[in-house]
Amino acid sequence: MDSALIPEGVKRCSTGKFALFIGIVGAVLLWGVYAMLLCWLKGLNQTNMNDYYGFALWIWADLAVIALGGGAFFTGFLRYIVGKDELKNIINYAVLIGFICYSSALLILAIDIGQPLRGWFIFWHANVHSMLTEVAFCLSCYFAVLSIEYLPLILENRQLNKVPFFHHLAHNMHEVMAVFAATGAFLSFFHQGSLGGVAGVLFGRPFSFREGVFVWPWTFFLFTWSAAAYGPCFTLSLTKLIEAITGKQLVGEKCVNLLAKISGWMILTYIIAKIADTWYWASVLAPAQGFTLMDFYSNNPVYGIWILVLEIVIGGIIPALILITERGRKNPMLFILAIILGVIGVSINRWVMVLQVMAVPVMPFDTWAMYFPSWQEIATTILPVAYGVILIAISYRYLPVFPQERELND
Amino acid sequence: MKKAQEQNKPKKYGMVIDLDKCTGCGACMVACMAENNVPFKKDESNKKDSITWMRVYKLTNDEKYPDADICYLPRPCQHCEGQHGHSPCVSVCPATATDYSEETGIVSQIYTRCFGCRYCMAACPYHARYFNWWDPVWPEGMEKMLNPDVSPRMRGIVEKCSFCFHRYQSAMDKAHYEGRRDIEEGEYQTACTQACPAGAITFGDLNNPAHKVHELKKHPDAFRLLERLGTNPKIYYMSNREWVRKAGDNHLMAEKPAKKQH
Repeated sequence: MDSALIPEGVKRCSTGKFALFIGIVGAVLLWGVYAMLLCWLKGLNQTNMNDYYGFALWIWADLAVIALGGGAFFTGFLRYIVGKDELKNIINYAVLIGFICYSSALLILAIDIGQPLRGWFIFWHANVHSMLTEVAFCLSCYFAVLSIEYLPLILENRQLNKVPFFHHLAHNMHEVMAVFAATGAFLSFFHQGSLGGVAGVLFGRPFSFREGVFVWPWTFFLFTWSAAAYGPCFTLSLTKLIEAITGKQLVGEKCVNLLAKISGWMILTYIIAKIADTWYWASVLAPAQGFTLMDFYSNNPVYGIWILVLEIVIGGIIPALILITERGRKNPMLFILAIILGVIGVSINRWVMVLQVMAVPVMPFDTWAMYFPSWQEIATTILPVAYGVILIAISYRYLPVFPQERELND
Repeated sequence: MKKAQEQNKPKKYGMVIDLDKCTGCGACMVACMAENNVPFKKDESNKKDSITWMRVYKLTNDEKYPDADICYLPRPCQHCEGQHGHSPCVSVCPATATDYSEETGIVSQIYTRCFGCRYCMAACPYHARYFNWWDPVWPEGMEKMLNPDVSPRMRGIVEKCSFCFHRYQSAMDKAHYEGRRDIEEGEYQTACTQACPAGAITFGDLNNPAHKVHELKKHPDAFRLLERLGTNPKIYYMSNREWVRKAGDNHLMAEKPAKKQH
């Protein structure tokens, strides 16, 4: 029925099967939309957040999707600025994932603020000292850049591309894409960093506070670095996932191998910096404020030292070592393990920088603040996932997301 | 010369709370709620989502009888001066909805500008900021008893203790009407200070040598909450009990109680 819209020379499942899939995921999406409307109409009392846990599940999701969406800016940077031409075979998909992640992040922020109709105050009454102001500006601008980067892909749809204006527009946009990639890399550098700064500047919270390099705490640089390092792992994970679902190879080995290798070295260097940061924090910064490392990882039912091990060793050192070695990258099982551990590693980092920061008692006579999200929070956190699945499914079906698909599956 | 310098300093309102006098009666909490139109719920048992600008903590020394001892610690907003003039909350607010007044030293909250991101709450180590999770609802008829000088806050924004700033404005208006440029000690008092039956709370200008708090803050038994964080609060506590003073901050096991600096 929709065969005229499907790119030439590739096979897709039947319209009925596709509609059924979209229907099922769409039902999950509607569940999330319902929860979102409850939060907007009835207020954030629909959540289990409280005055101790003002940042909770979906703020973690927000930071996590932004870090994972970092694959877009970093792949674009490598492709257009550094000149790694091989990455042209995955750049469309990286941009698509980035677009999904950033639009999801904006959606989550729109749900999260207590007064959504006043969201524009952040631009109008901007406080230049606040890291969140920097986040808001860079996030919005970078989303605009991603939309511009995604647009030519939409215009390359078989039917749209027949319109001469759209055809030429897409072609010319591709020609100048390096400018947008550079702009995107610049913006993303700052907003990934300022997200790190959001936690790092909290000098009243010894768990997250880090001293500054000029006006930035060094979590600023760690966040940017980790997004560039782990973002490609997420792009590769979703590539492998969609390959498994479709039963096709969609991106050439050479491209995957190159991106994985760069990601591995980035993770390795990042994790060395992270270990140095953790050591300095545990031995100098925290004791200066009257805390030992174990104060942050004991006397509560959830936050144990296992989190630090999971983040640094299992989600950092192991994937780095696998991805930097040729043997590790060539072994399919190890490769999959490494990219999944990478995704877990960066997600855990964002988790502790959002939730554990809130949970750790700072006043000596206070206790750990434990928290479990309400179904409304869970539904609205799953909402962007369903939205992403639908957008990937539609894009894969109707747009030339993977330029090597025909060649690899002939 | 020194006195002249001190007199030229800008006002810096603050409190000294004598914890050895506080009986934990909660009058300060009630007075604060009534004065400032603080909304409440039918069920206030969950202290993590109820609004108490002034909250009284109960501290114990964890000793057994006969050495067991308790202390009540009233905790309003600490009105931090912070590092480099930035309170923890002021520097993070993206919409400049909270501000540090150079004129009075009071950290204010502009309700009509707050959009509820709650970053200030994340920044405050004292949990002194409160989000309006619900619309404010008062029992029928009580809405007529609200303080007309204080605006009720809507759902979805953050609020906190303002040192009853409306009382400062009112006192200043009165002084101007009477042809004076400034107010004397006692003309501006917070509701909690006025309500405390034990006289545990003293309020005034910390920079003004004519005010009691100026001397009290220098007392050897005076300390501030979480002083090591560098938040530089304007609430001073006093106790002649060492364990109480020690409970005001975090200490490593090997550390002796931090030496007070005066």
